Amino acid sequence: MSAAVELDRVSADFGSFRAVDKVSVTIGAGEFFSFLGPSGCGKTTILRMVSGFISPTEGHIRIGGENMDGIRPNKRPTVLIFQNLALFPLMPVWENVSFSLEVRGVDKATRRARAEELLRIVDLPGSGDKMISQLSGGQKQRVAIARALAVEPKVMLLDEPLSALDLKLRQHMRAELRAIQKRTNVTFIYITHDQGEALAMSDRVAVMSHGRLQQVATPEEIYNHPSNGFVASFVGENNIFEGRIEADEGGSSVFTTPAGAFRAVRGDGVTRETSSRLYVRPEHAKLLNEAPSHGNSIPVDVTDIAFEGNFINIQTIAPNGQYLVVELRNDGSVSLPERGAKRHFTFDAERAVILAEETQASHRP
Amino acid sequence: MSELLRRYGLMLTLAFMTLTALWLLVLVILPYIYLFEASFRLYLPIDDVGGPKDIYTIQNYITFFVTPIHRWVFGLTIFYSSVVTIISFIIAYPLAYYLSKVASGKMLPTLFLLLMIPMWVSEVLRSFSWFIILSLKGPLNYALLGMGLISEPIRWISGFQSVIIGLVYTYVLFMLFPLYNAIQSLDTNQIEAAQDLGSPWWRTHWRVILPHAKPGIASGSVMVFMLAAGSILVPSLLGSTTSRWFTEIIQQWMFESQDWNTGSAYAFLLLLLCTLFVSVVMRIFRVSLSDIAR
Repeated sequence: MSAAVELDRVSADFGSFRAVDKVSVTIGAGEFFSFLGPSGCGKTTILRMVSGFISPTEGHIRIGGENMDGIRPNKRPTVLIFQNLALFPLMPVWENVSFSLEVRGVDKATRRARAEELLRIVDLPGSGDKMISQLSGGQKQRVAIARALAVEPKVMLLDEPLSALDLKLRQHMRAELRAIQKRTNVTFIYITHDQGEALAMSDRVAVMSHGRLQQVATPEEIYNHPSNGFVASFVGENNIFEGRIEADEGGSSVFTTPAGAFRAVRGDGVTRETSSRLYVRPEHAKLLNEAPSHGNSIPVDVTDIAFEGNFINIQTIAPNGQYLVVELRNDGSVSLPERGAKRHFTFDAERAVILAEETQASHRP
Repeated sequence: MSELLRRYGLMLTLAFMTLTALWLLVLVILPYIYLFEASFRLYLPIDDVGGPKDIYTIQNYITFFVTPIHRWVFGLTIFYSSVVTIISFIIAYPLAYYLSKVASGKMLPTLFLLLMIPMWVSEVLRSFSWFIILSLKGPLNYALLGMGLISEPIRWISGFQSVIIGLVYTYVLFMLFPLYNAIQSLDTNQIEAAQDLGSPWWRTHWRVILPHAKPGIASGSVMVFMLAAGSILVPSLLGSTTSRWFTEIIQQWMFESQDWNTGSAYAFLLLLLCTLFVSVVMRIFRVSLSDIAR
């Protein structure tokens, strides 16, 4: 897999505020790569640096091996799909789609034909003469993609393009985007704060916080083996225990918390000196009627039950006042406890992980 | 209305309304009606007014069409008002673009203030200052000579040159503000999207920004054109011996010939023909009134 985009210790400052801090990452050709993070984490700044609207304060960006320093957006082999799509409302659909060809001086008949071809790719045949205002949200999305594909870009950059759509359409467009990416084999760099989107579509995900990369890995790796507390709590739900490592025994450690002492595995780079917390995903915890003879267990009272359809969230409270959540898959055979029932919150030591806080000073490669 | 009543009570509201209505009636509507009526009557010796010769006629309007020199001056006025409009656009467009999309929010109040300050001085004084600036031994020629850009002083106040300069200066803001509003309402992402799709700056302007700004261009142009064509001050103060403006003819009818009847007919003709001209131009550029009102 050759490199499509390389960020080499890229930083961006706005005045005294550092929006992006020494980010280095290599994105392969044909990869669907996502930057995931809360708003203000610097992901949009990265996108705008790759597309050329902002110059990095430090570091270099290479696209297809070529250094992009000082190259204007209109000369880069990238194309950006804006959050609000930024279609041209005064042009009909086909002129929107073929705008980049018009720029290159392609004659009208060829442009028209190419626009129709691209509209077929995005499943909108015959809509060339419509005006943008006549299209639905999903159709506008497709026109934006067709307009971007017309550039025949090496890299397509997408800035949360699905955030304005309703849930059903969003899920449909996820699959569609993924399919278009595989079909065209263009490198996609996708920006989102929606972990579901990032995990479902991407080959790899970069989780960001405060301008720094926290983890770059496959979606499974991100979810199952988060590198630190930020990644664990941003991607998916967690029961989080404050405390510290008391002892190390074999492969696991003993972590003491106000709710008790538990066995858990240590995450990468966690030592007894690092400030750390214990993370247990709700779907990895169980509620038992009787306390088990050994293993991690907390006596709890059931406080609330949220029936979500395909799964059930049971909220409980520990003797020290901490709320703990258990998630059950609704396989049709679960018997739900009563509110106020006494149960035991248990989890396997292998499924509980001790993680440090988010990466502050340095980044992971 | 009910808001007004609630706030100021019946008496005060009535007083406001009556004053406004009176102001409109006495200072705007009645004079127009008077002039309109007068334009259809002949200019007669005082003894004949009300007599058998005092009839309604369109003779005053016909005078314009059978007087070649007046038609010619009208044509020149339309032509040079168009020139003023185009020059105002050429000056205002880059400035409007800069103000709405490039200048930082912090600088805007200062820039607008700088634009507005000259407007605090009366139009008469401003026209006189231009007269001084443009005169043969004035500061402009002095500066140009001093910089070595010209070897002979230029006679600025000749032909329509000085009138055009004066009118552009006086009315350019009427072009700037509608343009500024129009360009400002354009989503900046559209400009970036065009660039991102490979468009050079001129094509982005031609295909994205200008079409969006069309209503602003239209309303700005209508204002500048109508104001320029109807201006009396600048053409009389900055005019040369060879420049004649249509409003000056109206003034001559009214104040030199004391013929208010023909003068009013000419005034209404100016309004009518300019409106006609503007409508035709708007039709050519496919702009409708509703676009302007947007």
